[in-house]
Amino acid sequence: MKLNLGLAQINTRLGAPEANLAKHLEIIERARQSNVDLLVFPELSLTGYVLQDLVSSVAHHPAQEDPIFGPLLEASQELDLMVGFVDEDRRHRFFIAAAYLSRGEVVHIHHKVYLPTYGLFDEGRFFAWGDGVRAFDTRFGRLGMLICEDFWHASPPYLLWLDGADLLLLMSASPGRGLSTEAILESARWVEHINRAYASLFTAFVVHANRVGYEDGLNFWGGSTIFDPNGELVARAPYHEEALIVQQIDLNQLHRTRARLPLLRDERTALVTRELDRILGTGNLQSPVNR
Amino acid sequence: MIDLEINTGLAQRILTGFIQSEISRAGFSRAVVALSGGIDSALSCYLAAQALGAENVLAVRMPYRSSSPDSLEHAQVVIDQLGIPALTIPITEMVEPLFKRFPEMSQMRRGNAMARARMIVIYDQSEAFRGLVVGTGNKTEILLGYTTLYGDSACAINPLGDLYKTQVRQLSRAMGIPAAIVDKPPSADLWLGQTDEGELGFTYEEVDKLLYLLVDQRYSPQDCIEAGFAESFVKAVVERMRRNHFKRILPPIAKLSNRTIGYDFLYLRDWGT
Repeated sequence: MKLNLGLAQINTRLGAPEANLAKHLEIIERARQSNVDLLVFPELSLTGYVLQDLVSSVAHHPAQEDPIFGPLLEASQELDLMVGFVDEDRRHRFFIAAAYLSRGEVVHIHHKVYLPTYGLFDEGRFFAWGDGVRAFDTRFGRLGMLICEDFWHASPPYLLWLDGADLLLLMSASPGRGLSTEAILESARWVEHINRAYASLFTAFVVHANRVGYEDGLNFWGGSTIFDPNGELVARAPYHEEALIVQQIDLNQLHRTRARLPLLRDERTALVTRELDRILGTGNLQSPVNR
Repeated sequence: MIDLEINTGLAQRILTGFIQSEISRAGFSRAVVALSGGIDSALSCYLAAQALGAENVLAVRMPYRSSSPDSLEHAQVVIDQLGIPALTIPITEMVEPLFKRFPEMSQMRRGNAMARARMIVIYDQSEAFRGLVVGTGNKTEILLGYTTLYGDSACAINPLGDLYKTQVRQLSRAMGIPAAIVDKPPSADLWLGQTDEGELGFTYEEVDKLLYLLVDQRYSPQDCIEAGFAESFVKAVVERMRRNHFKRILPPIAKLSNRTIGYDFLYLRDWGT
């Protein structure tokens, strides 16, 4: 099965969901004309990233009657969409979120489970922590979504893999940092390394959409990528500039790679569970990983 | 390992994008730069001209009676090479009445008054030219506090503030700034014969390496001493950084209400753009 993937590597307006919606609809239309089946936007693509006290005023909940999601759901009749936004739940908690929209329906919502609150990041101050990592079924097979810091930790991609996701959809608003003599920033190198590693270790497709532009002094570096189940780079968007990348991937590559390299078949999940139980068991309450 | 070398092409790309983005989002398309003839302001001019187009960058020279003629000349080289519009507005007539009123003024007071007179002129030109003030302070001088508060440190945006002086030199060479400007001893040119390194008591080359360990690599002062830096040098630099921190942050507001600017009223400047 062939899948036409689109990566919408955009800049956003900070705290202006209506303006960002207009940009989404424009890019969705361009993608539709290029026969894209699934279009992936970056983290917080509908709001901008360093929201701070703007969080509560830019929050939405994916539903037909929502003024931002209504038009997006309508657009999803033509092609599947993954968008980034601030989700306000019924108890008025605010999450960094990703929504998967298809055929006018909200198929899945992921709440970011790792909120970086160190160095230049302050997400834990402004957002609630997500509490689940689940794969979900789509017309292209079973997929999983993660947001930026979620995949700086190895466990969420691993969980999605075990939950049946063969295509990982990753979205970021990754601030560029770490200038050296290298041609790209350290943050860009790091993300590319781990995405290639996930594709190789999980023999899966790893799709990453990162944003570009600036917010005050922060730059976002772009360089969105697609890696195939062999860990090979299939497509990369330019660094530091907006782009719509359209790339066909062949889902049968999963069959070919896993026939050669049965890492999924051989994964010893019962052993993992047993050892995790032991490590996190009552005898180990002092363990730093026990939370 | 202490390696301050940078990829200059990547730095140039990020910094010109920053200038372009932040000036246009504030609703402007032009910039003004206080051009002294030294390396920092030359680099800011080059970056601004590349980001906005030469015709959109106004260089303003603001000599004092005792300013070195070399400074004016080097500034002229930058203006000619970039083909940017330029003004020369001497500050002598602005500051001399104050100097006459207080004949006992120290060099420090006179230097600060001159830096602040230049700030008045550059901000006036900012309004007249409809351009934002692009700053020229580098990471070394910001960390050391080697700057006049509300004087040369005043600006709308600062593209150089995360580059150490030695990295400013590297980027300046790569962008084609003439060697006469890059290689001359850095000076605030506030009095005759003044040089940064003479006044600070160490070279940028040395202090940049130390700052890189202390700040970027999070070394403790003791770690730096063990890495081979003289104890007195490390202590002096750490103390300088601490003592001058007030120049790096906005003045604290005394909290009274439930929501106070600076503490729990938090927005980026790019809010809404």
